[in-house]
Amino acid sequence: MKPKRGGTLKVAVGGGSSTNSFDPTTYDDFVMNDIAFQYANRLTQANAKGVIVPDLAESWEATPDARVWRFHLRKGVEFHNGKPLEAEDAVWSINLHRGKDSKSAAKALLTAVTDVRAEGKNVVVVELDGGNADLPAIMADYHLMILPHNLPADAGVGTGAFVKEMFEPGVRWAATRNPNYWDGDRPYVDAVELSVVNDPTARLAALRSGQAHMINRVDAKTVSLLKRDDNVQILRSPAWAHYTLPMHCDKAPFDNQDLRLAMKYAYDREQMLTQILRGYGSLGNDTPIAPTNPYFNAEMPQRTYDPDKAAFHYKKSGHEGPLQVHTSDAAFAGAIDAAVLFKENAAKAGITVDVVRDPADGYWSDVWLKVPACYVFWAGRPTPDMIFSTAYAKDAAWNEAKWDNAAFNELLIKARAELDFDKRKAMYAEMQTLVNTDGGTIVPVFNDWLDAGTTAVKGYEPHPLFDFSGHKAAEKVWLEEG
Amino acid sequence: MTSLLLLVGRRLLYGIVTLLVVSFLIFGGTELLPGDVADAILGQGATPEAVAAIRADLDLDRPAWERYAGWLGGILSGDLGTSLTSKRPIDEMIGARLGNTLTLAAVSAVVAVPLALFLGLLAALYRNTAFDRALSVATVSTVSMPEFFVGYLLILVFAILLGWLPPNSNAVANPNLGFGDHLIALALPCATLTVVVVAHMMRMTRAAVINIMTAPFIEMATLKGVSRARRVFRHAFPNALSPIINVVVLNLAYLVVGVVVVEVVFVYPGMGQLMVDHVAKRDVPVVQACALIFASTYVVLNMSADILAILANPRLRHPK
Repeated sequence: MKPKRGGTLKVAVGGGSSTNSFDPTTYDDFVMNDIAFQYANRLTQANAKGVIVPDLAESWEATPDARVWRFHLRKGVEFHNGKPLEAEDAVWSINLHRGKDSKSAAKALLTAVTDVRAEGKNVVVVELDGGNADLPAIMADYHLMILPHNLPADAGVGTGAFVKEMFEPGVRWAATRNPNYWDGDRPYVDAVELSVVNDPTARLAALRSGQAHMINRVDAKTVSLLKRDDNVQILRSPAWAHYTLPMHCDKAPFDNQDLRLAMKYAYDREQMLTQILRGYGSLGNDTPIAPTNPYFNAEMPQRTYDPDKAAFHYKKSGHEGPLQVHTSDAAFAGAIDAAVLFKENAAKAGITVDVVRDPADGYWSDVWLKVPACYVFWAGRPTPDMIFSTAYAKDAAWNEAKWDNAAFNELLIKARAELDFDKRKAMYAEMQTLVNTDGGTIVPVFNDWLDAGTTAVKGYEPHPLFDFSGHKAAEKVWLEEG
Repeated sequence: MTSLLLLVGRRLLYGIVTLLVVSFLIFGGTELLPGDVADAILGQGATPEAVAAIRADLDLDRPAWERYAGWLGGILSGDLGTSLTSKRPIDEMIGARLGNTLTLAAVSAVVAVPLALFLGLLAALYRNTAFDRALSVATVSTVSMPEFFVGYLLILVFAILLGWLPPNSNAVANPNLGFGDHLIALALPCATLTVVVVAHMMRMTRAAVINIMTAPFIEMATLKGVSRARRVFRHAFPNALSPIINVVVLNLAYLVVGVVVVEVVFVYPGMGQLMVDHVAKRDVPVVQACALIFASTYVVLNMSADILAILANPRLRHPK
């Protein structure tokens, strides 16, 4: 179908707050992420298959040890204020997130970076303290927006498909098509109007009354009802985002591998998929690598609910008494129901689970990483190394299961510097097996992103990393209004 | 006249003292919130280095009383400070939001107050008739329904089924919106608030007027042959004004400070939503500024209720 030009795309989305700012070091939720992808670009981006492809950098190459990387910038790109894009801008933008005083959530991703420098006007050189084949994927992180170096970081000026017209944090963003956009015919719509609507019912009302063309975060419970409306389409993306239940491996009771295995076998993943996600997801196999990921280990058998095996390992572990599992709405929608289901699953294997319900407020600061077992939500990462180094490596700040497996940690470093895909894939397969058998993390399900739109919306493409077509919906879709 | 000024002056003084106490409570209260502002700003992304950087940046290591003194001094000189999270000046942030809240409150009050008084007087006039009973049933049911339920019902009927009005009122944030469209955007939240506050004011009007209707001077008027309508409107109503003013003003205060649920349901960009967002992020200065504005609204409205009641009732003007 040939895209049609024109019209104003109206979206009503949750995940925004009056506290939002343009400063890319502060992005932490849907709305700023989406706005950022409208007005600015990164060096690289993940395409609809999760593969890293050019964004502002048209090509890149590394030294054989994957330690020094050269990114070649696209020529002739201009910022909205007319300033041409130069290597200096990229260097400045990346350095916003580095350094002692940086408050950026992307800081941890860049700890291995020792130097970022411009080589002439079009080449950005990034040097690392060790080899990392995934640097192009790191550069696709949603914080690493490339902005003009001579303006403040919160100016809202970028190279993106849309030019800012109005921004009221937590309320509204309006932007018009960038006539000089470098990416082919895109975008197709003349303007975007984004309303922050955090209440799911109000979003549904906006969509059904025609006030919005698209909404995000549709509650899986209401999808079947929404499908009855002929003017509405459900926009579903199988994603790499997942829920986890990490168990602290460094102290009792979960320092016992048999107890961890007992918990894993006592988890009914099918039930969680059908009852909590209403089928909008896929089964997890206790690793964070999704089946659609190119590095997925398909040889590894899917772990299923097996109360007998669970009871066997539970007995072998010698543990007695109830096990506490913390949960909260802050973890993900349905996390409390998920914990209660698990309690029932585990009871059939003779394991007593106590569900501890924590307030959403302070869940990430006071519960997560602090209690022996709790429910957590993870957004997908483009490569296995990024999720493993963030949440499974021995010294990672977010090693949520406090897991320390020597073989795994050694393979992690080796695989990171390996530029050959097949060799890398073999190493990641082995690491998935280690996480699955010895690790302290239960990964019950991968959740789909559920967006919805009116039937006028065309060109929506599912994306494994983010909802709203990987936050590129405004750029990709067009409107066929009757 | 001097005694009246004295009375008003005393009320003002009470108001200022109340506000000072409230400012102290607000500051103490926000200090007691669980968690830490640096952790909350960063959420799941709080690495130890990032937390330390934010803590230092925000001066959180200074003792609380020092920050209280600085804050109070700032407010007295008209400076509400800067938001911790977005780094914007707070008065600029609050400006538009407060305007929205006051607009919605004003429009709702313009509809609700006359409607409530009128219905209350009619109910008193036709006391114990079918009309009075029907009105009682209707108002008691609306007052027992939570406001979000009223809101959702109105959305279902007027936005989804009939398609007449927009379900979300956030269009008011669009600076290019015309006056007519502005009123259309306000229609549903205004109707919801009206339904919620009318009942209370109407029933108070009815009760107060009926109470006065049993007084000897009304009996006298009846014996003189004054018509029933004139007895209610001319003789009873002015004497029932004091309690009515009180309940009207309390409801006005509610329209300004108590509408966060309605704001969420209709996605209305008012003060309540602003405050809730900043509570979630522990943006203490903004929360304190909002709380102080809300408290001042209450104090000022209560004070005017007192003063108006005094003016409406000559007996209060000349205390024995």
